[in-house]
Amino acid sequence: MLVDSILNHYPKEKDYVIEILLDVQKEKEDNFISQEEVKKIAYYLDTTESHVCSVLSFYTLLSTKPRGKNIIQVCKDVPCYVRDDFNLLKTVKDFLGVNFNETTTDRIFTLETTACIGCCDEAPVMRINDRVYKNLTKDKAIKILKEYRGNDY
Amino acid sequence: MEQILLSKRFNKIDPYSIKDYLKSNGYQILREALKMKPKEILDEIKLSKIVGRGGAGFPTAIKMAGIKNETDKKYIVCNADEGEPGNFKDRHLMEKDPHSIIEGMIISAYTIGAYHGYIYIRGEYDTAIDIMKNAIEEARNNNFLGKNILQSEFSFNIEVRRGAGAYICGEEFALIESIEGKPGRTRVKPPYPSQAGIFNYPTLINNVETFCNLPIILDMGGKAYAELGSDYISGTKLISLSGNVKKPGLYEVPYGTTIKQVIEELGGGVDQGRNLKMIQLGGACGPIIPRNLIDMDIDNERFEIFDSKMGAGAIIVMDDRFDLFDIIHRNMKFFEHESCGKCMPCREGHRQVVTLIEKFVHYNATEDDLHSLKSLVDVIHETTLCGLGQTSIASILSTMTFFNEDYQRRIEDSKRKSETLW
Repeated sequence: MLVDSILNHYPKEKDYVIEILLDVQKEKEDNFISQEEVKKIAYYLDTTESHVCSVLSFYTLLSTKPRGKNIIQVCKDVPCYVRDDFNLLKTVKDFLGVNFNETTTDRIFTLETTACIGCCDEAPVMRINDRVYKNLTKDKAIKILKEYRGNDY
Repeated sequence: MEQILLSKRFNKIDPYSIKDYLKSNGYQILREALKMKPKEILDEIKLSKIVGRGGAGFPTAIKMAGIKNETDKKYIVCNADEGEPGNFKDRHLMEKDPHSIIEGMIISAYTIGAYHGYIYIRGEYDTAIDIMKNAIEEARNNNFLGKNILQSEFSFNIEVRRGAGAYICGEEFALIESIEGKPGRTRVKPPYPSQAGIFNYPTLINNVETFCNLPIILDMGGKAYAELGSDYISGTKLISLSGNVKKPGLYEVPYGTTIKQVIEELGGGVDQGRNLKMIQLGGACGPIIPRNLIDMDIDNERFEIFDSKMGAGAIIVMDDRFDLFDIIHRNMKFFEHESCGKCMPCREGHRQVVTLIEKFVHYNATEDDLHSLKSLVDVIHETTLCGLGQTSIASILSTMTFFNEDYQRRIEDSKRKSETLW
């Protein structure tokens, strides 16, 4: 089982709960933590489910709802905003046909916004899964999205 | 104008190779340091007059001495939860010279007698996390970490802990809570982390850049280091320059350099021949200043009127296409989202501030709104538990001083708009 194999990497100490949640979520196609998994993690760490849930619901990178295979995060903060002359947010929205915090019907993408991801010197940027795409133009952004979509057909 | 100390290895070494680091004098200073007495190291740090580089600017030696006096089990934490919009220096340090951070941490640990360290890196910094984990592993394989470091009596280990997308975890107590595996909500101070930090043990928390400075200080000597920089702050600073300039990027300059020099000489001036309208200093929690103030030093004490100096060294340049209230609105939406929710003035206050600023953005503002905004930001500033609320309103406080006309004009325009509607 996926969760068990990840749990085995960690000592049975409560302070590893965030590390464990991040690892479990990363391995999952639908990018979220289910109630079953919360139960298992709580049992392993000898803590309560409510403790695991309190952590899970606090941190933005963790999700309690199923998401798409690829998580797209578009930066909405000032340094990206002032260098974005083509409206990256709208470009991505239009390409995917979804709004923020929504998942495409083929479940390939979930669109999210993010706080600054520390690449302001190469703004505007977006992060897809664990890669940051920098110095975006409209064409470049669409090309990247097409590549992600293409890989899944 | 640039003075290269912290960034001397940038793009010259492979961050995945400890061999490259060793070839460039790496871990030599640690070797020397382990022959010194902890007190001698602390004296050098004291002489250097270095202050923390994370934004608050607290004297590093005082912080370290405060912990040294305690006798219990101690922790050391490198705060790499860089989340302030406009800041990217810590990412560059981790991605380009990871071992200098580790070396600085080991020296600090030896000085205060800590046995275990954490590098808390925000979860979005995937590359930095990967590089730091690899660097720690390599350092351990070469006996710079682990038991009896370099045949000395001293043992110390470091582990990476990832954040999961909460800006507030850059605040020291929120960070401690997060390392303990809890939601990142701050604690009431005192006691301070130096008295009761991780699992209630004394904990030294420093910014990435502060740790990187320690090998440099020991290398050149505290006295020589104190000569660098300005009358107020010693040393050099990494400046994250972003926004509408020709060459945004990371620049290392001595304290005392002016904002104008950074923007014009290093950044090449405002992009596309447009006019400079405003500059935000330090990040979203910093003051917004107009063009006529850019002759100020990056360490100018004047910023203290907003309780926020240069922060961690971000300069965000905005040209005249942008509306002041639109920018403030984005800043405030950020804080509304990032408030941890523990204390009421921050949780509810930012929500109300956003509503009021929206009125200015949409030309619906009245004189009353301005009064409400003024008293609200004062309450947030004075009554929140942690640094988030104490600094978040700097962009409003500063613009009420420097861009007062913009506020007045917006109120008049709003009035005119409502009259035409009738």
